[in-house]
Amino acid sequence: MTELNKLTAHELLERLKDKEITSGDIYSALQKRIKEVDSKVKAYVRLDTLNKLANQRTNEPENELKGLPITIKDNICTQGINTECCSKILQGFCPPYDATVINKLKNAGAEIFPLKANMDEFAFGSSTENSHFGPTHNPWDKACVPGGSSGGSAASVAADEAIWALGSDTGGSIRQPASFCGVVGLKPTYGRVSRYGLIAFASSLDQIGPLAKDVRDCSLLSQVIFGYDPNDSTSVNQDVPDFSKSLTKDIRGLKIGIPGEYFVDGMDAEVKTIIEEAINKLNSLGAVSAKVSLPHTEYAVPVYYIIATAEASSNLARFDGVQYGWRAKSDNLIEMYKKTRGEGFGDEAKRRIILGTFALSHGYYDAYYLRALKVRTLIKQDFDAAFKDFDCIVTPTSPTPAFKIGEKTQDPLKMYLSDIYTISVNLAGIPAISIPCGFTKKGLPVGLQIMAKPFDEAMLFRVAHTFEQNTDWHKSKPKL
Amino acid sequence: MAIDKETVKYVAHLARIELQPDELEKLSGQLHDILGFIDKLSSLDTGQVNPSSHILPLSNVLREDKPADSLSPDKALENAPAKKGNFFSVPRILE
Repeated sequence: MTELNKLTAHELLERLKDKEITSGDIYSALQKRIKEVDSKVKAYVRLDTLNKLANQRTNEPENELKGLPITIKDNICTQGINTECCSKILQGFCPPYDATVINKLKNAGAEIFPLKANMDEFAFGSSTENSHFGPTHNPWDKACVPGGSSGGSAASVAADEAIWALGSDTGGSIRQPASFCGVVGLKPTYGRVSRYGLIAFASSLDQIGPLAKDVRDCSLLSQVIFGYDPNDSTSVNQDVPDFSKSLTKDIRGLKIGIPGEYFVDGMDAEVKTIIEEAINKLNSLGAVSAKVSLPHTEYAVPVYYIIATAEASSNLARFDGVQYGWRAKSDNLIEMYKKTRGEGFGDEAKRRIILGTFALSHGYYDAYYLRALKVRTLIKQDFDAAFKDFDCIVTPTSPTPAFKIGEKTQDPLKMYLSDIYTISVNLAGIPAISIPCGFTKKGLPVGLQIMAKPFDEAMLFRVAHTFEQNTDWHKSKPKL
Repeated sequence: MAIDKETVKYVAHLARIELQPDELEKLSGQLHDILGFIDKLSSLDTGQVNPSSHILPLSNVLREDKPADSLSPDKALENAPAKKGNFFSVPRILE
């Protein structure tokens, strides 16, 4: 019998419905797996809570998700379970309330897994190396990063230490780790998923989204967490279609745009070949691909590192040692703030807060922040124009496969450029998915990114599912 | 645009972050490189472009003015590093 932790959510739900197994069996299988492999992967943080909270399980709910456990990134508030953004400054923070997505999951009968997934501190990073708890290792090659910032969520799913997981994506933080770890990851349309209870990084870019073992699970989880929430003023009141109807395995006649700007120098040769083969596969399944231009692509990274850091500098002002988390000792209030933040934030957090504060400060606002907002308009207009002619756009998720731990930590600019293919999607607010589409000769996964019009996640599931069901990439498992 | 050590020191003060001397040194160099890269944006003509602070056609989202449950003082203070009665406690600010 296959171990339960290796199955997809929809496979497990079938067995739960037939009463062949209980959710307790799944929970035990995950616990066993974590004890066996997490010392190598380090997908989870605060491991000591695993046994402590095991007995608090509620029993076999009747609702649709039937007690199926789900893993949550450490920046999504879970009542009674510590949520520290993998930062020293939030050490010990135990939320007194649930994020809206957690409420929705609980109402649907899901079991919130008591261990939280590792991440770059405050989601600042592309490798999960910026975690206060130390890096996560890629299950396919432990010397490599799992990507980031949702590296723990992606690695836990890839290593069968989780059935499925939630991450958050501000500039690629779900899709890039999904690509590096060989799993499916979705960044929903901005406004699709409530951000209430997601500890904010950049409020105009952040979205919560699923990481899963296949496209069906990804669509299932989206069905649960999508929808309007009055507690988030940027939540959009728009109907959520029945995504099971998108899993048609039929893409005949769909028009797919291939942006020339994404196939440039700096792209790994093996990745290029694998992506070209994937595009050929889509064509052979009846889609029609053609070149499209997104002329402002090269400005996406600089625009992002102004807007995201400016918003972060404002959002992270709340971490001052007064209401929660770490407080440094001092008799003077201003000095207490400065010491608390100096000691509590890691290097990347300091770098981004200072860069963002600079971009918003007197004398620099027009030259940096305002200009970045204008170029953001141009990037959005590129996509508006492209989607007049195309149903979706297909690109690599990342220019390279997973890189080595330590390879880019000394050069922040090099690290920022690893998000070059994912960032535009957040700036334009559109949805995009990453799915496994091949392996390098060294056995590292490569991800295919599919983008669609705002609120057309159904298109992403349709194309992704059709590709997946006609390939076997998603069935490979890392050897641990 | 160049950014020097004095500017970084001043901005860190605005951001209420205490930097150690070695951090200041390292950060100044890194921010200089990052801003050099970002300066790419100045080559674009944005005179006629409207800024997008976000991409949704929403503005002034209001809710009904109806009372609802909120966190009790006990709950709200649960995570406080220091408290006195129903208040967060901080170092004295008046001499």
